[in-house]
Amino acid sequence: MRYLLLIYGEEPSDALPEDEMTGELEAYNAFTRDITERGIFMAGEALHPTASATTVRVRDGRTLTTDGPFAETKEQLGGFYLVETSDLDEAIELAARIPGAAHGSIEVRPIWELPSSEMAEAGAAAT
Amino acid sequence: MPPPPDPRVVVDRLFREESGRVVATLIRVLGDFELAEEAVQEAFVVALERWPRDGLPDNPGAWIMTTARNRAIDRLRRTKVLADKQARLARQALVEAELSADDRFEAVEDEMSPIADDRLRLIFTCCHPALPLDARVALTLRTLGGLTTPEIARAFLVPEPTLAQRLVRARKKIRNAGIPYRVPPDHLLPERLDGVLRVLYLVFNEGYDATSGDVLIRRDLCAEAIRLGRVLVGLMPDEPEAIGLLALMLLHDARREARMDSDGGLVLLDEQDRGQWDRREIEEGTALLERALRMQRPGPYQLQAAIAAVHDEAPTAAATDWRQIAGLYTRLVELAPSPVVELNRAVAVAMVDGPDRALAIVDRLDADGELDDYRFLHGTRADLLRRLGRTEEAAAAYRRALELTSNAAQRAFVEVRLAEVEGQPG
Repeated sequence: MRYLLLIYGEEPSDALPEDEMTGELEAYNAFTRDITERGIFMAGEALHPTASATTVRVRDGRTLTTDGPFAETKEQLGGFYLVETSDLDEAIELAARIPGAAHGSIEVRPIWELPSSEMAEAGAAAT
Repeated sequence: MPPPPDPRVVVDRLFREESGRVVATLIRVLGDFELAEEAVQEAFVVALERWPRDGLPDNPGAWIMTTARNRAIDRLRRTKVLADKQARLARQALVEAELSADDRFEAVEDEMSPIADDRLRLIFTCCHPALPLDARVALTLRTLGGLTTPEIARAFLVPEPTLAQRLVRARKKIRNAGIPYRVPPDHLLPERLDGVLRVLYLVFNEGYDATSGDVLIRRDLCAEAIRLGRVLVGLMPDEPEAIGLLALMLLHDARREARMDSDGGLVLLDEQDRGQWDRREIEEGTALLERALRMQRPGPYQLQAAIAAVHDEAPTAAATDWRQIAGLYTRLVELAPSPVVELNRAVAVAMVDGPDRALAIVDRLDADGELDDYRFLHGTRADLLRRLGRTEEAAAAYRRALELTSNAAQRAFVEVRLAEVEGQPG
């Protein structure tokens, strides 16, 4: 079986002390290393906070772009795509083509590209 | 000979008119809003120190550009926090290469060519729909408009730290979410241009309609919106709606002096002293509107401008061509349906066909309930009922309008009418 593990939590504020952040980051790296060595890591990314999110809906054939995260309580997460595009406009255009955009919402969240990501390094070492 | 210009006045004017241009080019080159804005701000600080002492440079705009560029390069050199040294060096090389290319351009062509395009990019980035609307407005005024953070905070009645935070978040989102710094491709352009026009119109209305706040600051907002509208029309001369919006703003701004009495109260259109209207703005707005209409691609801003022009052209309120206004509203409802526009159409219909026909429209709107909290709906309905002699219903509608009115002058106005109908039960 494959599983998607979604990480929910309070968003780190800008004022978070650096040592605390480094500590958490190390813990994440250790976890990633562990599951990579066991050969069960498939993909994982950190996301930028919700302030960087954009929500895309298509209604009556028109693309509606709104700032901020998806905030309906009725609708629930039903799937995801991870894509690489040159900028946000291209990501929004792709989002608008996802069939679910016509009745639900697509939240576009940028991946937090960590500098020389240890996650990626660990992943490369395992293959 | 005229006296030499006061350097302080020159710096002030230059900041308003040129900082957006310089920031726009630096952002393209640096890929960094904050760095660009800080460098330009520093350049103006240096100008304020030096020009009063040493006199004005031959070309103040070019001087600011060069100084801001040098400041940005200095900052990049000094920056030690950038983790990736190679990326930093690459960026620095880019700055030097691109800017010298710009210098060459400037020497050959007039200053509009490569830089104008940068400003257009900046307008579209600042007004990107992925940014919150209030941030789009703040960013546009701060980055393109050359208003300072305290000025914008005062204009929108928010604490300065709140506004500063809003700007920081917006710049961060541009960077983190990958909002592109470019003029959108053709297939995205109509929607994005609408977004830009919306921001400019919002800035204008904030200055025009607000019933509280600093009068001078509000005047500045209107002036800024008009100035940015001119910039946009200069950069996109073939977009009739951009021209239509500029015309609309000018045709309304022309009535500014007449719409306020000496106590700061609002004077209704039919009671304004039309001699106080700004003829130059009306002429310019009308000429722009004609230019836009000749392009044969009508839109909501052009129609609203046309309505404003009909009012502006009437020598007296009684001479207003209401038939034409009603026709324009009918087209506006077709193009951009909204209950508020429909209500305005009803007012025009009342002038042409009488209160009966207008009341039918307003009653329909009232039944829809969408405008139930809109005082003009109830005020208009009350006036129509009063004119039809249905005084009891009129009184009820005036009372509802009164519940929704907080402004003292406007309350007094409704209270007079209410007393009138209550005095003659029907």
